[in-house]
Amino acid sequence: MSASQWRKAMNSGAGRTAWPRTAASTAPRMPAHGSARPAAAAGRATDRARWLRWLAARVRVRHVVVLAAALIYPLVATPFFTFQVGAQALTLGLIALSLTFLAGYGGMVSLAQMTVAGIAGYMYAIFATSGTDISLKWPWWFAVLLALVIATVCGTLIGWFSVRTEGIYTIMITLAIGVAFFYLVQQNYSLFNGFQGFQSVKSPVVFGRDVRDPVPFYYLALFWALAGYFGVQYLLRTPFGVALQGIRDNPRRMAALGFHVTAHRVAAYAVAGLIAAVGGVLFVWYNGLVSPGSVGTSWLINILVIAVLGGMRHPIGPFIGAVIFVLLQNFAVDLVDRERFNLLIGGVFLIIVLFSPDGILGWWAGGVARLRARSAQGRLGRRVGVERTVSPTQP
Amino acid sequence: MTRRRWIWVAVLGAPLAAFTVWGLADNAKLFLTTALNGLTLAALYFLVASGFTLVFGLMRNVNLAHGSLYLLGAYVGYVVGDKTGSWLLAVAAGFASAALSGLILQVAVFRFMQGQDLRQTLVTIALSIMLADVLLWIFGGEIYTFDPPRVIYGRTPLPIVQVYPTYRLVLLAMSAAIGVLLWLFLNRTRVGMMIRAGVDDRGMLAAAGVNVQRVFAITFAIGAGLAGFAGVVGGTALSIAPGEDTRYQLASLVVVIVGGMGSVVGAAIGAVLIGVAEQFGLAYAPTYSVVFTFVIMALVLAFRPQGVLGRRG
Repeated sequence: MSASQWRKAMNSGAGRTAWPRTAASTAPRMPAHGSARPAAAAGRATDRARWLRWLAARVRVRHVVVLAAALIYPLVATPFFTFQVGAQALTLGLIALSLTFLAGYGGMVSLAQMTVAGIAGYMYAIFATSGTDISLKWPWWFAVLLALVIATVCGTLIGWFSVRTEGIYTIMITLAIGVAFFYLVQQNYSLFNGFQGFQSVKSPVVFGRDVRDPVPFYYLALFWALAGYFGVQYLLRTPFGVALQGIRDNPRRMAALGFHVTAHRVAAYAVAGLIAAVGGVLFVWYNGLVSPGSVGTSWLINILVIAVLGGMRHPIGPFIGAVIFVLLQNFAVDLVDRERFNLLIGGVFLIIVLFSPDGILGWWAGGVARLRARSAQGRLGRRVGVERTVSPTQP
Repeated sequence: MTRRRWIWVAVLGAPLAAFTVWGLADNAKLFLTTALNGLTLAALYFLVASGFTLVFGLMRNVNLAHGSLYLLGAYVGYVVGDKTGSWLLAVAAGFASAALSGLILQVAVFRFMQGQDLRQTLVTIALSIMLADVLLWIFGGEIYTFDPPRVIYGRTPLPIVQVYPTYRLVLLAMSAAIGVLLWLFLNRTRVGMMIRAGVDDRGMLAAAGVNVQRVFAITFAIGAGLAGFAGVVGGTALSIAPGEDTRYQLASLVVVIVGGMGSVVGAAIGAVLIGVAEQFGLAYAPTYSVVFTFVIMALVLAFRPQGVLGRRG
């Protein structure tokens, strides 16, 4: 797609598909085009009405419940639950969200998302203040900015590399890149401080409060998690997001339609890189340190586990997966030995992959569909009697 | 075409030739020792990666538990060697245990998810996490080493290098022998023919009346067995410890990406490139040795995404 075509698509398509103007709400306006301009005041009133109607149509009870629960959570939970469970789950969920976006909507399973997050963490530690002399002690906001930019660029480069391959090869290449970065930071002492990494990384102090205190950090993580969630939701309905999903389903057909497949894929990596970078900065604040261990193979795979556990069908999946992961991580001690956490998480992962490839969301969707089918069948049976329709897709 | 090729040879070969001349002139002993180290490492990488590439080529299954099979074979070999005192039995046990695990994996798990590449890969990831943890549970974090027979465990005098561990030379020879055997097996036997046919077109092979499932099982067993074999052989040259699984997993990934998926000869080329580059990196630029591996991979990906001997499709 050329630049001008792209702009045209953005201008014409974005307004229609991305913004919540449904066909029902635009239809009544159509005759107004022919006649003289209607009064602006009336337009504003209908605007508000349309907004409300849109909200009523899209927002369900479960959305309100989840949002309210997430907002009140730190008020009722202990600091441990707020910080170790809540905030960590939100941070990890944000990093895993970048993978869900890539894998679920772009069809590219990248194991290097934790690497991108790790690059952001390392960059923050290098530019801001930590217990090591390498750190440049620049102001935190500048360090954050640099970290985000550098990590996003690295994520894009990783994407640019790995889109040369497809499907299963992408996993191998991104894994190789991720592990190579792990070995690099482990061996390099001049820049990454080798095996030690950066200990006691200072988190910013805003309005006299350390961001790392449980409640502020929880709300910060919640804010970025919501931003990531709604950002991805929005992006999926833009022409870019729709084209990306088209490319996931059939790259050849999309190429034949004139879409630049590679450019879309690399752009998806850039977006995912930014999401992972934000998560990475949050994660380094959460941990207070960044070391080769935080970008090791186990973490690369943990992010995949989180995304797959939750399910890649919907951006909420990684957050569900992250909550389960963090709960298992913290309470593996009670279930099994502390040391055997990997066995437990591996087992849960295996069960999910074997029995529900779409993760917890797959179970949820399957359960809902079954319930609906049963109730519909019951109604049908009562009304029509014995006769039952057989859909052509049924074997 | 030929002219372009010459340009490439010049671009890549000239710096390498210059480096070789400088290395030989500067410190011939270091240079040759490094080269030998690189080759023995390459031999080890080849043993691990050939099984990986064989399984991938036939079943399109990225077996990310391949490194775990390496470690499993190594530990089982250690236990058997410890009990019987025979190194050869340890090698056999390493091969057999890994081959059996591979067989079980294929028959009990992967057979039921044919064609679902991603799901198979996720299953192997899950298995590798669990296997690594179980092995850590049983064997702890200690480092184990083998006692090979005295005949192959001395030093061999060589020109310029002076002395070199005999075992590493034996490893080099063993790896070459395995490579030749594998080539003969694939190119001169009936089963090998079936495997090659399966790499090209699984559906057609099944339609020709071959029991594809059996071919898959045999291939998986051989591939896994090679990993277990490499576990004992490599564990003797270096040592066995937790974390080695990831290392060899990464090595076989990179080797196969460079050499081309599904090609045993490609795996050999990739192994030599990566092994030699890694050792030279360690000897001449210690903190950046990983970067060399990565640069090779990046170059191959940029100019020949399917790998040196890979085929598109």
